Amino acid sequence: MDIFVQQVVSGLATGSIYASVALALVMIYQATDVVNFGQGSMAMFATYICWAMLNAGMPYWGAFVATLVIAFVGGVAVERIVLRPVENAPILSIVIVTLGLFVIFTSIAGWIWTYVQKPFPSPFPSKPLKVGNIFFGAHDVGQIGVTLIVLVCIYLFFRFTPLGLAMRAAAHNPVSSRLCGIRVGWMLALGWGLASVFGAVAGMLVAPVLTLDPNMMGGVQLYAFAAATLGGFTSPGGVVLGGFIVGIVENLVGTYVSFIGTELKLTVALAMIIVVLLVKPTGLFGTTIVKRV
Amino acid sequence: MDARARRTLAILALLAVACSLPFMLTNFRLFQFTQVYVYAIAILGLNMLTGYNGQFSLGHGAFYAIGAYVSAIMMDKWNVHYAWTIPVAGVLCLIVGFLFGLPALRLEGLYLALATFSLALAVPQILKYFEHWTGGSQGLVLSKPTAPFGLPLNPDQWLYFLTLGVLIVLFWLGANLLRGRVGRAIVAIRDNHIAAEAMGVNTSLYKSLVFGVSAAYTGVAGALSASVVAYVAPDSFDAFLSVTLLIGSVIGGLASISGAVLGAMFIQFIPNWAQDISKAAPWAIFGVFLIVFMYVMPFGIAGAIRLLWIRMQRSRVALSPKPRETAAT
Amino acid sequence: MSALLEVRDLEAFYGRTKALHGVSFSMMAGGITTILGANGAGKTTTLRAISRMVRTAGAILFEGESIEQRATEDVVRLGIAHAPEGRGTFVHLTVEENLKLGAWGRRDRGGRDEDFERVFGYFPVLRSRRHQVAGTLSGGEQQMLSVARALMLRPRLLLLDEPSLGLAPMVVREIFRILRAVNRDAGVTILLVEQNAALALDLADHVFLLETGRVVMEGPSEDLRKDDAIRRAYLGY
Repeated sequence: MDIFVQQVVSGLATGSIYASVALALVMIYQATDVVNFGQGSMAMFATYICWAMLNAGMPYWGAFVATLVIAFVGGVAVERIVLRPVENAPILSIVIVTLGLFVIFTSIAGWIWTYVQKPFPSPFPSKPLKVGNIFFGAHDVGQIGVTLIVLVCIYLFFRFTPLGLAMRAAAHNPVSSRLCGIRVGWMLALGWGLASVFGAVAGMLVAPVLTLDPNMMGGVQLYAFAAATLGGFTSPGGVVLGGFIVGIVENLVGTYVSFIGTELKLTVALAMIIVVLLVKPTGLFGTTIVKRV
Repeated sequence: MDARARRTLAILALLAVACSLPFMLTNFRLFQFTQVYVYAIAILGLNMLTGYNGQFSLGHGAFYAIGAYVSAIMMDKWNVHYAWTIPVAGVLCLIVGFLFGLPALRLEGLYLALATFSLALAVPQILKYFEHWTGGSQGLVLSKPTAPFGLPLNPDQWLYFLTLGVLIVLFWLGANLLRGRVGRAIVAIRDNHIAAEAMGVNTSLYKSLVFGVSAAYTGVAGALSASVVAYVAPDSFDAFLSVTLLIGSVIGGLASISGAVLGAMFIQFIPNWAQDISKAAPWAIFGVFLIVFMYVMPFGIAGAIRLLWIRMQRSRVALSPKPRETAAT
Repeated sequence: MSALLEVRDLEAFYGRTKALHGVSFSMMAGGITTILGANGAGKTTTLRAISRMVRTAGAILFEGESIEQRATEDVVRLGIAHAPEGRGTFVHLTVEENLKLGAWGRRDRGGRDEDFERVFGYFPVLRSRRHQVAGTLSGGEQQMLSVARALMLRPRLLLLDEPSLGLAPMVVREIFRILRAVNRDAGVTILLVEQNAALALDLADHVFLLETGRVVMEGPSEDLRKDDAIRRAYLGY
C-alpha cells in the first residue's frame, strides 16, 4: 500500500509536468486551431538559458524567475515575428512552420551547448520527506507544488482580470473581439508568451530528473499530447486533470506490469491516445463543437 | 496550340530528360533521383488523403513501412521475385488502409492527426517486437535486383527506370481518378462534408476508400524502397519519416499531382543542401527553409506556380483587345 | 456643422468580387439613417466597410478624419460600435462578461458601473440573466445583448445590422423603441440596416436605398413614407 501511494505521488509529479506542457499546447490550439509542435523544443531552450544563468553564478530562484520572463518575451516575439506572416495561411502550412521552430530550437541548442547531457540542479532538498511510513521525494512534491501555484495564478488571471477576459474572448471569437476594440493579434502573442512560460516551468522542473539535453522534451511532449487528448483539447481544466492521470497511469503501469520497460512505456501513452480517440474523441471533459451549416 | 497540347508536350519533354539521366549521372546521384521518385509516389498517396480529401494523416510512414517490410519479408523468407512483391504490398496496404479508414471516419482534423501520429510512433517498436519475421533491430539485408532480359543496364540504372515506370503509371491512374467524377466527390467531401452527404455522396465509403488507395500508393513506394535501398530496418521507419512525408506534401502543394514530385525533391535534396551550408547546425538551416517556404508559398510550390500562371493569363487577357460591351438601352 | 460620417465613392470587395460600386453618403451627428434594399444589395457590406471588415477603395471619413487605413479594433476605439449580422455574441461567456467586453474599447474605463445600470435600464431582461452563459439566451435576448454590448462602448456612432432578423414582432417593436430612446437621450447617431422597411422608415429621419451595390435613391424618410408611388416602386408595398 505504501508503495502504491508513493507511486501515485510520483505519478502526480510527472503528471504535473505533462499538465503544464499540455496546457501550453491547448492554449495555442484554442486560439489558432494550430498545434505548436515546437512547444517542447522552446521549453528545452528556455531551460538551457536557465542553466547558463545558473552556471554564471545566479541564485536558483532568481534564475528561475528571470527565465520565465525571458520565456514570456520569447514566446511573444516568436508569435509576432515568425507566426504573424502566416496567420492566414492554411492550417497545415502553419503546422509546418511550428515544425520548423521545433527543428531550429533543437538544432541551435545542440550547436551552442552540444548534445552532451548536463546535470541540472533542483531547488528542493535531496532528503526525502516522511509522512507516516511513506517517503516522498522532495523534488516530486516540489514539482506538484510549483505547478499548482502556476496553474492557480493562471486560472485567477483568466477568470478575474480584464486582460484575461479579453484573451479568452480573442481565442473564441476573434471577429467579435475586434468589434469590441480588442487587439486580437496582440492577444494571440500574449497567449504564446504564457504558453512559453508553462513550457519553461515544465522544462526547469523536469531537467533535474531527465538531465538536460536538446532532445529532453521529446517524450514529455508526447505524454502531453496524451494528456491533452485525454482531457479534451477544448477544456483547460480537463487537460490538467488529464496530465495527472497520464502521469499516474504511466507510473503505476511501469511499476506493476513487469514487461513494460521504458521503451514500451511510450507505447502505453500511445495506446491511451488511441483508446480515448476511439471511444470519446473530444476527451473526458471536452465538448463537441456543434457545426452549423 | 491549346493548353492541353502544351501540357502534354511539357510532360513529354520532362520524360525525355528523365530518361536520359541514367546515362549522364553517377550511380549515387541516380540513386538519389530514384529515391525522389519513390518519395513522390508516397507523397502522392498522402496528397490524395490529406490534400484532396481533407483527412489529416501524420502517420503515412506506417504504410510505407508495411510496404517495405512486406516486400522485404517476401524476398528474404520466401524468395519471391521483387517484381511480384510490389503489387502484393500495394493490395495489402489497400486493405489495411481501408480498414484503418473505417474507425478513422469518426475522427476529425486534429484528432485524426493525433491518432495517425501515435501509430507512426509505434511502428518501430512493433517492428522490433516481431523479430522472427522482421529481423528485429538489425533489420533485413536484401539484394539489389539486376536488369531483366539481359538489358545493358547496371542495377542502379534499372531500378531508376523501374521506379520511373511505376511512377508514370501510378500518376496517370491517380490523375484520371482525381480529375473525374470520383475526384470531384472526394474534394466535395473535403470542402463541405455535410453538403456532400446531402447531395448523395456516400461520404463514409469514399473516405475509407481514399484511405485505402492512399495507403496503397504509399505502400507501393515502401516496397520499391526496399529494393532501391536493399535494406530495411525499424529505425528507418520512425515518426520522422511520417513528418518528412507530410512536409514534402505541404511544400510540394497539397491538392496537386505535380506537387508530389516537387515535394519529393525538396525532402531529398534540401537536407543535404542545408548540411553544405552549415555543418554545425544543418537542421536549423532546414527549419529556416521550411519557414521561408511557407511565407513565400503557403500553398506549396505547385500552388505558387498555379497562382503565377493565373496572373500571367490575366495580364495577357488585359492586354489583348476585347469587343466593347454596349450598354442596353 | 460638418458630417459625423462621410463616405465617398466607396467600393468594397470580397476577394475579386466587387460588392459596392461607388457608394456615397453622409450623416449628421444625432440623426438616424437607415439603409434599405433587397438581399445582396450591399447593405451589410456597407456597415462592414465602415468597420473595416472588408477590403475597400474610396474614402471613409469619421469626424473629418479618414479611417480607411485603420484596423477594425482602432475604428471601434474611435467610438464606432457595430452590432453585426448574426449578433456576434460570445456564446461561452456570461452576459456580464459580454457587456464588460463591450466597454473594452473605451478610452475612459471609469463609469462602467453606471453604464451597466443604464443598459439594464434599457433591457431589464438582461439584468435577470446577468450571470447566465450568453449561448443559452433566446434569439431576442441575444439581439438585445448585442445592442447592449455596443452601447457599453458609449459610441458616437452605432451601426446596427438587421436587429429585427428572426425576432417576434413585439420584441422588435421593443428594440426599436429603445433605439429611439438611445438616440434621443444619449445623442447616439445610428446607422441602421434593415429589411423591415416599415419599421425602419418609422424610426429613421433619413433613408437611402441600395440596389446591387449602388445608391438608387436617397432622401428624408418622410418622403418615402408619404409618397405611395415611390414607395411602391422601390419597396413594393
